[in-house]
Formats: sequence, structure tokens, C-alpha cells
Amino acid sequence: MNYTPHTEEDVTRALAAIGARSVDDLFSAIPVELLDPPIDLPSGMDEVSLLARMRQLAEANARSSTLMGGGLAKHFIPSVVQHLTMQSEFVTAYTPYQPEVSQGILQATFEYQTMMSELTELPVSNASMYDGASAVAEAALVAVRHTGRERVLVSAGVHPETREVLATYLGPLDIELTTVALDDRLSTPRLQVGNDVAAVLVQQPNFLGYLEDMEPLAEAAHAAGALFVSVVDPLSLGLLRPPGSYGADVAVGDGQTIGNPLYFGGPHFGFMVVTEQLLRQLPGRIVGQTVDVDGRRAFVLTLQAREQHIRRARAKSNICSNHQLTALMATVNLAALGPEGLCEAATGSVAAAHQLADDLAGEGYRVRREANFFNEFVIELDTVESDKDALDPVELYSASRAAASALAARGVQAGIPVPSEYGLNRPALLLCATELTSAEERRRLVRAMSEVVPVSAGTGGRR
Amino acid sequence: MKRHPVLEREPDFPLIFERSRPGRRAAVPPAAADIDLAAALGDNQLRQDPPRLPEVSELDLVRHYTQLAHRQFSIDSHVYPLGSCTMKYNPKVHEEAVRDFQDLHPYQAQETVQGALELLFELQHDLATLTGMDAMSLQPAAGAHGELTGILIIRAYHRSRGEDERRRVVLVPDSAHGTNPATAAMAGYRVVEVPTGRDGQVDLDAFRSALSPSVAAVMLTNPNTLGIFERNILEISRLSHAAGAQLYYDGANLNAIVGRARPGDMGFDVVHLNLHKTFTTPHGGGGPGTGPVGVKGHLRGHLPVPLIRRDGNGFAFDYDLPASIGRVRSFYGNFGNLVRAYAYIRSLGLEGLRAVSGMAVLNANYLQERMKQAGYRLPFDGRCMHEFVAQPPTGLRTLDLAKALLDEGVHPMTVYFPMVVKEAMMVEPTETESLETLDHYAELLGKVLESAREDPERLAQAPFSTPVRRLDEVTAARRPILRFDFKESS
Repeated sequence: MNYTPHTEEDVTRALAAIGARSVDDLFSAIPVELLDPPIDLPSGMDEVSLLARMRQLAEANARSSTLMGGGLAKHFIPSVVQHLTMQSEFVTAYTPYQPEVSQGILQATFEYQTMMSELTELPVSNASMYDGASAVAEAALVAVRHTGRERVLVSAGVHPETREVLATYLGPLDIELTTVALDDRLSTPRLQVGNDVAAVLVQQPNFLGYLEDMEPLAEAAHAAGALFVSVVDPLSLGLLRPPGSYGADVAVGDGQTIGNPLYFGGPHFGFMVVTEQLLRQLPGRIVGQTVDVDGRRAFVLTLQAREQHIRRARAKSNICSNHQLTALMATVNLAALGPEGLCEAATGSVAAAHQLADDLAGEGYRVRREANFFNEFVIELDTVESDKDALDPVELYSASRAAASALAARGVQAGIPVPSEYGLNRPALLLCATELTSAEERRRLVRAMSEVVPVSAGTGGRR
Repeated sequence: MKRHPVLEREPDFPLIFERSRPGRRAAVPPAAADIDLAAALGDNQLRQDPPRLPEVSELDLVRHYTQLAHRQFSIDSHVYPLGSCTMKYNPKVHEEAVRDFQDLHPYQAQETVQGALELLFELQHDLATLTGMDAMSLQPAAGAHGELTGILIIRAYHRSRGEDERRRVVLVPDSAHGTNPATAAMAGYRVVEVPTGRDGQVDLDAFRSALSPSVAAVMLTNPNTLGIFERNILEISRLSHAAGAQLYYDGANLNAIVGRARPGDMGFDVVHLNLHKTFTTPHGGGGPGTGPVGVKGHLRGHLPVPLIRRDGNGFAFDYDLPASIGRVRSFYGNFGNLVRAYAYIRSLGLEGLRAVSGMAVLNANYLQERMKQAGYRLPFDGRCMHEFVAQPPTGLRTLDLAKALLDEGVHPMTVYFPMVVKEAMMVEPTETESLETLDHYAELLGKVLESAREDPERLAQAPFSTPVRRLDEVTAARRPILRFDFKESS
């Protein structure tokens, strides 16, 4: 296939107009030894063959379920969201640098910023970022710039991959990253915060699904002059206290749960919402309201003096784009759901997860529920006949992976192996449920689980 | 787009919040089972006041966002020759191809996502062979994100050789994208700018004297942002490497040479690509982009994890890179866009991609010639690659001409970039525009020039026919209003 419109006659006419002999002639500025290297690509395909190949690749995967979480989950997205956001004008526009002909995207972004501000009860949202993990890293950098301090405290309850990204961003700037382990309840313990700490980062609900007691953690951060950064699942804010209400200075997270399909992990978007005092430290695009020369309300990219195309090496971040289209999907989705719908989706997720936990506990499985959980929780397994003390962390993790694979082999996509850093002494899976989880889906999991973790597996298989 | 009479001021276009009526609803999720939330979550965890999200019917919602879409220029509706942005046609078949992948979870057991891994593996290969690099990471979520990844890789490389302490500088041409210096700063480097010579290329003498044992990396775009191929690239590469620096390729302009020449052969050690430019994943109004990074063999061990490797008859994630810089993004990057880029590369094949660069460069040269004839100045008169920089005749402002183009129903070019050219107009027509379209655009460029001469005062007022006219950007920045004020409306 080829999307160029040029006929042979066009090429001849254009070459004549510019006085060139051939198309190849146009590349004469390139040293000849660099031209036409061997490139190993198959021949092109027509549309039918392409779609056949793509379908072949798609069909070589098993569809996910609503039982997988770990930072992303399959939630209800009304059909209208895809229809509206796939309109050409939204999909094929560039960054709104000419505001007179970009009011569609600019206004939608202003609406997005308002909605994120409402969800978090913090006043200033940017126009979105790459993903939750890089947004958390940028939030830590906001705190470092604001406080002038060079140490960051992060709870182990923050998603492990988020912490990896955080380490990647902070390392080169010589900012020390200290991880606080979770306690026996799998939640963040009361913290001692030193006066050298720029930010305390805590995730709510945490990676393992459990609820943190955010207010005292925020107080501990503030008492030491640090900022408190709350990493949140925006869907949960239909039910849970908003970060602004417990004193968070920054709310960040991944927006997938409020209107983006999974897509194997992306694209989604990250969000960041801050207090007024952090406004000038905020990275990324921001849309503001103003008027045009006729006095009409209008929207425009603003506060650009923070950004790379103006400030170059002194910019607040090198970030140059937002994740406009995926943030727009969230905007339309939140408008479709409204306050009631968002609350219902969150409630349905909590209800389904608690039913699932009850189902499994009723069968005798070890469900960790020392702390309250939202829509994810940990189940510990005894899948091996050997004594549990004999397993080292690597073996434990392999056993957890084997359990998830065994479920998958039974057609049930469920359960994320719990990383060994959490120090559980049995293989364990992180399970999830959402408002889309059906009773049948729960039953299938319980049935598959009973095959994967047979009753005969010693004393541990069932309690 | 609807035309508004100039003097009759229409009411403000409402925000979705202003269309809201308590109790109105659009979408309703499945009903939840009964649950005592206070018991399940804890009393003190529950939200007191619901967020003030809009309450609208589904038709209200549809009208609102459809009308908003109509207040917006886009490639599908308007010519959009933004320089450096590569506003080419985004094929619709890609949207169909990607849909079948939307229900994959990144943490599914590896054996249940073999199709996705195969696609990623093949895309790693395709991008590597197209750039002449040895290994690719598909993880970065945007061009600037890829830049950060690439520069961190270079820093890790110097550290592994015990040279990080003394290599503190990154050299960047003054014509570079703003992200280049911002990225270097974010990776902990000091930036030194290298001036552009009179021929629009890196000033080789200045470059030679800027090189020193403290230089960690040289970041270049080739062809550069002036649309000119750096003819001295092999010498620049030799000098950089002799000084122990690594050469970084900003892939923003790869579309000019794709299928014909490769940064790897020019001596670049690291490249990032903008899949939303050369490989036509939709810009989406500002993202999501995707910025894969490729490296030569000596840097492979520093790539972010995971890569995708062949594993027996199947494919697997490869986390075995002990010197990795770590992750730069969660999961595996913007997978949906990787699917689109793969579909594009595989449907075009090498011949199709050569046509992309061939016709992109042909179109740019054609429009450059027409623009010259229309009375615009060319600061670097000569053949261009896929884009070129022009200037208005002395005394006229680029901004006014750009705004006048909006009244003609076309999107202007990139304006005031690169900064090394005063009143810069940076034009990139791309390969998917026809000669008729370029002729039409050139005529409009001539027309706005004429009206500028006839009535400069009127031009300074343009545009007149757009949904809103020139904005008060100063007040927007001085007294920021960044969210809807619910109090005012009630």
C-alpha cells in the first residue's frame, strides 16, 4: 500500500518545476556511501492481506478478563465514548498551537482539568502526561524543585514499576530514593520523616489493593516540611476521600481506569493535580481560559514559560506533549457517567471484589484482609508440597507465576504473581474485580483455582 | 467550519458543566450487589461530597463533543503543513487493525499473549533495520521521552567506563528542538549550543572547538530543523567519537530519508523515533505519541527493560540486561501505537517507505519553489529535504500572515521556529498531499501577501472567520483560570 497521491505525470511536473532530473536526484546532499543500504523488510501488503495478518496476530492472544488488576483494570466504557473521541478532528489534529482553530481540543482539555480537579479536590491540573509511572516521577521532581531537598521517601505500596521509573528519573540527578516497607497488614506503617525529605509518596489503594491511612501519613510529611504526593486510582475517587481532603499537595496517577481500554498497557495517560502554590512548578501543558478580541470566552495553552520550547535547558521538564486523545476519552467517559455513574462503577468494583474474596475464603483459601481493600486483594496459595520455609523468594515467585499460568491454561486470566519484595512466605496472587465482573466469572475462577490448588496439597492447600 | 459575522457577537460556546442538570444521566454501569461500604472500606475512607461531574443525557453529550470537534482544524479536514510535525494522512485501516488488541492485559501469562509479543519482536526488527541500529526499545511514550531514555543510556555508558564524572556536557545545535537541551538538563547535563553556519548546517569549526573530553553526547537532527541534510555528518561522527562522545540522533525528521539512508550508517550511536511522525500514528491533538529508542551493540545492555526476545518457538520478555537504565514507563510502552506503526511498515514495505521519503522531499521542494515565486524569502535558498524554512518579505509579520491563512480555511505552517531564523515559517507538506493541494496552498500564500500589502491594518486583525478570534494570551498567563468556576455559574 502507499498513500501518496502522485501520478507519474505529477512527478514529472514537480521535477520540472524545481529543475531536478529525478526523485533520486533530490537526495544528492546525502554522501553516496550512505545511500540505499540493505534494509531487511518484507514486501508491502494490500489492505485485505494486512488485516488478515493483524487478525492472525490478535488471535494468537487470549482475551483478558476483569479479574486482572495491578494498576490497570477492565472497567465499563460506554459505547458513546469511542464514537465521540474517534472523530477525525480529535484524532488527526496537532497540539493546539493556533488556538483560533483549536477550540475543540482546548475546551475539552479545560473540561478535563476541571474534572480532574473535582475528583482530587486539588485546584490545578495539567493537560495530562504519558502514564501514571512517569507522572509520579515528575511529581517527585516538583517536590525536589519546590523544597530544594534531595531525598524522596516512597512507600513499597506504590506500584513496583512506578518505583522503577522513579529510580530511573531520580538517579541521574543524585536524588536519594528510600523505600518504606509495608507492615504485616500489607499497608504503609506510620512514618518517621526526616527534615531532608522533599516528598513522601504513598499510593491509595496501594499496589496490593489495601487502603492506606492517608491523613496521618500526610501530616508526618508536612511536619517535616516535605510535600505529600498521593498516587491514586481516579475511579476509586468516586467513593474514596479525595487527596485534597487529607492534605495531599500533589495527586498523580494513571487514568486508564476512567475510560481507556487496556491495550496491553498503553496508551493511557498520566494525570497530575497540585495545590495553587505549586502551579509554577507543574510540568507539562496547561490550558487556561481567556477572551478573544471580541470578548468571547476562549481557551489557550498558557504558562508556557515553564516549557521546553520557550525555556529550553531551563524548562521544568522536557515533556513536550500530553496524552490528549486518551485524556479526552476520560473526559467524555466521566461526562457520560456523571457523579452517580462514577460512584456506581466504584461501588460495583468494591462489591464484586468483596464477593470474590468471600467466595474464595468460603472455599478455605487464605485471603489477606487484615487491612480493608478496595477492588484488589492478595490470596496466598500452597501450591507446593515441600515445606514453605524451604522456598526462597525466587522459588516463591516462580510458584506464584506457575499458579497464574495454570489458571490461564484453564482459560481463566486472573491473578498477578505478587513480587517477592513483599516478603510473603507463600506463593501469592493479586486478584481484582470490577463492576463488570459477573457471577459466572467469579465461579469460573473459584473452579479453576480448585484445580490449580488441589485439596491434597498438604495442610496448606486449604485452611 | 462555521463562519461567524464579525460584529455580531455570538454567546459563548457552553462548557459541558453549563449543560448539566441535576438528575440527568447518560451511561449507567451494571448494577452493583448490595454492600455496606462503610464496613468494607472504613468510615473514615469515604468521600463526603461527590465530584461535580456533568449530569447530561447521552444526546447532550453527543452534541457537545460533536460541536466541539467542529471547532477544530485537523488533517482530515484541512491542509496542515506544520514543519517538523509531519502532519501526514493517518490511515483508517490502522484503527481497525488495533481494535482487536484492546482487551489484552499487560500482566497476562506470557503464553497467552504470544501474538502481541510476536508483533513487538517484529517491530523491534523493522525499526532496527530501517535505522541501522542493533537493538530497539519500544517503551518510551513520546519523542521527548525517547530523548530522555537515549541520553540516560549514554550517561550509563560513560559511567560504566568511569567517565561520567568528567563528561558533563551535551552539545546541541542552536537550531535544535527545545526538547534536546531540556532533555540533557533533565539527565543532569550542562548544555552547550553550537551555532548554525551560513549554509544552514552545523558550523564545523565551531563544532570542532566545542568538542572536548568533557563532552558526553552530541545531539543532532538530520536532516536538521531547517530541512537541510548535514553533509558533514561523517566528519561530525568521526570527530565526536575521537573525542569519546556518543552521537545522538533526534529522529523527528527520519521521514525525509526513510528507506534511503540510515542514521546507524552515519555513525549515530543512539536514535529515537517519533512513530507519530514518520510512521503516522495519529497525533491525537497532542498525543499519545511514541518514541522508540535504538542503539548500537555497545549500548544494548543499557536499554530499558524488558525487550522482547525469541524463546524457542515463541517469544518472551527479556529482563536480562544487568546494566539497564531501568524502566522509563510502566508496562511495554504505548502498545496501541506500536500496532499501528507495525501495520504501516508492513503494509508499505520498503518500496512504499521509499515512496514516502521520495514524495515528501519532492513535495517540499515543489512548495518551496512556489512559495518563492509567491514572494516569500528563503534564507537558505537551495534544495531542501522534507521541509524548508521561509520568511515573509521584510516588514511583514509571520504571525499576521499565519492568522490570515486561517481565514482562508487552511492551517498555517509552524511559525517562529527554528529560532535561528527571524520570522521563521517552517513548512512541511508531507508526501500525502497532492500537487493540486500544494498549488492551492501556494495561491493562498500569495493572496495573503497581497492583502497584507493592500491593507496591513486589517491583516493585523485577522482572523475574522474562525470560531474565536485572536486571544488575550497575556491575561491568560497573568491571571490563570485553569478550571471552571462552579460558584459563578450557580
